[in-house]
Amino acid sequence: MPDAMLELEGLEVRYGVVAAVRALDLRIERGELVGLIGPNGAGKSSTLLAIMGVVPVARGEVRLRGVSITGRAPEAIARAGISLVPEGRHIFAGLTVEENLRLGRAARRDANGVEADLRRVYGLFPAIAGSLSRQGSALSGGQQQQLAIARALLARPDVLLLDEPSLGLAPTVVESVFAALEEVRAQGVTILLVEQRAQVTVSTADRTYVLANGELRLSLTPADANDTARLAAAYLS
Amino acid sequence: MSTLQALVDAVALGSIYALVAVGIGLVFGVLRLINFAYGELITAGAYTLWVLRSLPAVVAILACFAVVVSLSLLLERVAFRPLRKATPATMLIATFAVSYLLQSIYLLVFGSLGNSVSTLAGLQQAVDLGGLRIRWITIVSLACGSLLLIGTAILLGRTSIGLHMRAAATDFQTARVLGVRANRVIAFAFLVSGVLAASVSVLFTVQNSLVTPDLGVPITIFALVGVVVGGLDRLWTATLGGFAIGFAYSLLGDKLSGEARVYLPSLVFGLVIVVLLLRPGGLFAGQPRSVERV
Ligand SMILES: Nc1ncnc2c1ncn2[C@@H]1O[C@H](COP(=O)(O)OP(=O)(O)OP(=O)(O)O)[C@@H](O)[C@H]1O
Ligand SMILES: [Mg+2]
Repeated sequence: MPDAMLELEGLEVRYGVVAAVRALDLRIERGELVGLIGPNGAGKSSTLLAIMGVVPVARGEVRLRGVSITGRAPEAIARAGISLVPEGRHIFAGLTVEENLRLGRAARRDANGVEADLRRVYGLFPAIAGSLSRQGSALSGGQQQQLAIARALLARPDVLLLDEPSLGLAPTVVESVFAALEEVRAQGVTILLVEQRAQVTVSTADRTYVLANGELRLSLTPADANDTARLAAAYLS
Repeated sequence: MSTLQALVDAVALGSIYALVAVGIGLVFGVLRLINFAYGELITAGAYTLWVLRSLPAVVAILACFAVVVSLSLLLERVAFRPLRKATPATMLIATFAVSYLLQSIYLLVFGSLGNSVSTLAGLQQAVDLGGLRIRWITIVSLACGSLLLIGTAILLGRTSIGLHMRAAATDFQTARVLGVRANRVIAFAFLVSGVLAASVSVLFTVQNSLVTPDLGVPITIFALVGVVVGGLDRLWTATLGGFAIGFAYSLLGDKLSGEARVYLPSLVFGLVIVVLLLRPGGLFAGQPRSVERV
């Protein structure tokens, strides 16, 4: 089997004595969009933060293109090609939109092609292009989410991790965010999408895993998107 | 001395303290660490000037910058970096330890009596500007202080490392997730704060030529008082606070008779207490901000 783009093997994340994620195996091939859903406290954010090196990996391994990145610093992991759109967006409110975007370039491996990448994210999110000189804090919630995604894309990542990008957004804005993600995926970026909105995630992603209590419970395909019983069971399991 | 003249002197001392405030504030911004050993960097620079007193001033000053910046980077590397994950209290105590260690070394090497630096003693001379007798050092302090502050502002506002520092100062974790290198940003903060400390060494020893092992202590404490009054969370208000404390100190010192001067520090601290009672977040405080570190 060739190396997966991103692979988790026996991942365990602990906060003190509490295990937030247990024995998690996950394999994502190049160009896939994989969903990860589950109730509050299931360990979704912890999984992404462990991949990113923000919280320590207690056990197991994280591999990028077959190479272990376990234990590396977040900045090293970002530079290796993984970008995170964190839960709550974490826009720099006191910096301008343009500065936020410039920060996104910190992890770029090549300085070439910045202009083309900028045009691409402006194409995805025209509202961002129109507010470059505004403070991050002046943007609406939806615009901030777009900015967070745009910022992550400017690192030109191989893998994009998103933590609940639809949180707190109006339905039409959610649609536009998901449309943007499909476009990003079409451009060849591998995506791991953490969400609470089960249905739209299951129907958008190639595969969606259900996480509960730190363990993988179920794997769903787009065909399951309208199977409400199955989705409900996923949450209650 | 005329009031105008006293004002000019006060502005000059204010700009020196503003430099110290920025030096402390830059490191605080990225590490959430009040570096009490900052004054000992200034002292190291002053002793360097004394050791090299027989060499041309340019050489002594360049060496002063080299020594202070190296020491600043060294402290970051050997004392503070290993403690970065420690509690804030541990780190704070570490800076006290470093401060005392350096003072003891100065005491052992140079003794307690003090050494007189005269590197730029010529700057003590005054020029007559329309009836005002202004010493050169006042003009030089003002000019250097402004240039360094503007330089720091440009560095922070216009360069990529400056942007990374500002991002790290507001949300270090997110900055790192975006690829900002923690070690590089922190080392850079220590580098710039070292440059500022070296500048203060040069400017300060012209005004107060006697270098003692504890030269840096009151400078740090006064600047810190200013920084706290200004509000630690924003660099430019901290700078204003530093300036204000230097300004107030100089002005009050001028107004008080020789004997009353003994009470000057108490007077300044009294003022500070009043300010903090009225405005607990500092003179220029905005919204309180959460404290986070790497
Ligand atoms: N910093 C922390 N310290 C201690 N416990 C934590 C910490 N972060 C998360 N936890 C715990 O770990 C478990 C998993 O949390 P996590 O944030 O990964 O869940 P989640 O699936 O992202 O939930 P949500 O949907 O609410 O974002 C929870 O029980 C949570 O309380
Ligand atoms: Mg979460």
